[in-house]
Amino acid sequence: MKILAFSNRNIKELLRDPLMMFFSAGFPIVLLLLLSAIQANIPVELFGIDSLAPGITVFGLSFISLFSGTLIAKDRTTSFLMRLFAAPLTSSDFIAGYMLPMLPIALGQTILCYAVALCLGMAFSVNILLAIVVVIPVALLFIGIGLLMGSLLNDKAVGGISSIITNLAAWMSGIWFDLDLVGGVFRKISYLLPFAHAVDAAKAAVAGNYAEILPHLWWVIGYAGLILALAISVFKRKMSSDRI
Amino acid sequence: MHAIEIKELTKKYKGKSAVSKLDLSIEQGELFALLGVNGAGKTTTIKMLSGLSKPTSGHINILGKDLEANLQYIKKKMNVSPQETAVAANLTARENLELIAKIYGSDAKEAKEKADRMLSSLSLKEVEKSKSKTLSGGMQRRLSIAMALISDPEILYLDEPTLGLDVLARRELWRFIEKLKGKMTIILTTHYMEEAESLSDRIGIMAEGELKAVGTVKELMEQTGTDKFEDAFVSIASQVAE
Repeated sequence: MKILAFSNRNIKELLRDPLMMFFSAGFPIVLLLLLSAIQANIPVELFGIDSLAPGITVFGLSFISLFSGTLIAKDRTTSFLMRLFAAPLTSSDFIAGYMLPMLPIALGQTILCYAVALCLGMAFSVNILLAIVVVIPVALLFIGIGLLMGSLLNDKAVGGISSIITNLAAWMSGIWFDLDLVGGVFRKISYLLPFAHAVDAAKAAVAGNYAEILPHLWWVIGYAGLILALAISVFKRKMSSDRI
Repeated sequence: MHAIEIKELTKKYKGKSAVSKLDLSIEQGELFALLGVNGAGKTTTIKMLSGLSKPTSGHINILGKDLEANLQYIKKKMNVSPQETAVAANLTARENLELIAKIYGSDAKEAKEKADRMLSSLSLKEVEKSKSKTLSGGMQRRLSIAMALISDPEILYLDEPTLGLDVLARRELWRFIEKLKGKMTIILTTHYMEEAESLSDRIGIMAEGELKAVGTVKELMEQTGTDKFEDAFVSIASQVAE
């Protein structure tokens, strides 16, 4: 009941923020529509809907870090978290309460992106359902980044760092250009980070190349596990420290 | 049984004492005011008493139990209204109240009933559906106090409850706090003399992290040989600087 009440509050705070609604739901769809319109006039293989939609779903999730991070940072700076820290809630209640609402939001955003992609001519197949499952570790990765930023930074700094994360997710993921065309060190670094692997796993799921999903997804799962463990440890330390 | 017993309570930040060897007992049902200028150690003391901050040394017993060893149990018996207004900005006044009631263990039905009671007793009924960020400073502070009361705490910490409020809003809150006297143990921090004088059963005067004097208004004036409480406070608080 306690976790549910806290989760409900966090969902309401997020869904009642018009900026969050625009960037979570509106912006990825605008990108899908815009790039599909360009594709209709100047066909590029990368912007074909089967390739574009999985990339946009991953890019859209990068905003989850911004919103979860900002929510936690604002709670800290407005004393609301102090009130909650004085309440009979454990650190696990807090972490679950902050993380749980983000998952349905992330899944809703992904489903919406694929629904628009279907309207734009993407063929329906069960692979889309698989692609939705594949984004769960990606969502956890971005939620973990948000929890980590929110525990360490104030809300203004969360905005700044989030824009770096969003840019990394955009440029080093192979959504907007083929990383093989750039090659060299840029490609190597991109594949040392989780974003390109997240996009490749989602694309492989949509294309039905099942054997290609896990090799990429393990990278994402590894990063997500690492960042979540770090975020949880930092949050717990903050909770037991004096400077909330 | 004392509601709160503090022995040799000390808090140091980077070697500097924020609170030093504080000894104090507070009776059940008492309204005890911690009075002091900014930086006297009042908020640090409240943070330690409410389990938000670990003491560097010393002991805190709440309702007969050691705070450190029984933190989760004792947290259910206490509630805090922090110095800054601590409300969830995008939630309505009612949603804020029901949230806290549920966090302290109420089910949905009980949370609704308790919220109804709080909205009525703190005259918040007309703004129950307004998002808390749209409320005036006075209304937000009232909501913040209602959120601290909704769990029916045995011990209530009010940290500078009227800070930043205009005279009318302050007086209204005083009237409400007076009604709570005897129903629960209240520890109130303030740097308004008049507030401590008119509301509290006893007053503890803090300066530079130390509890300099404890007593009723009359006792403190007698102790310092002054006719006004403000003079008694100045006399006690300024002893440190001399």
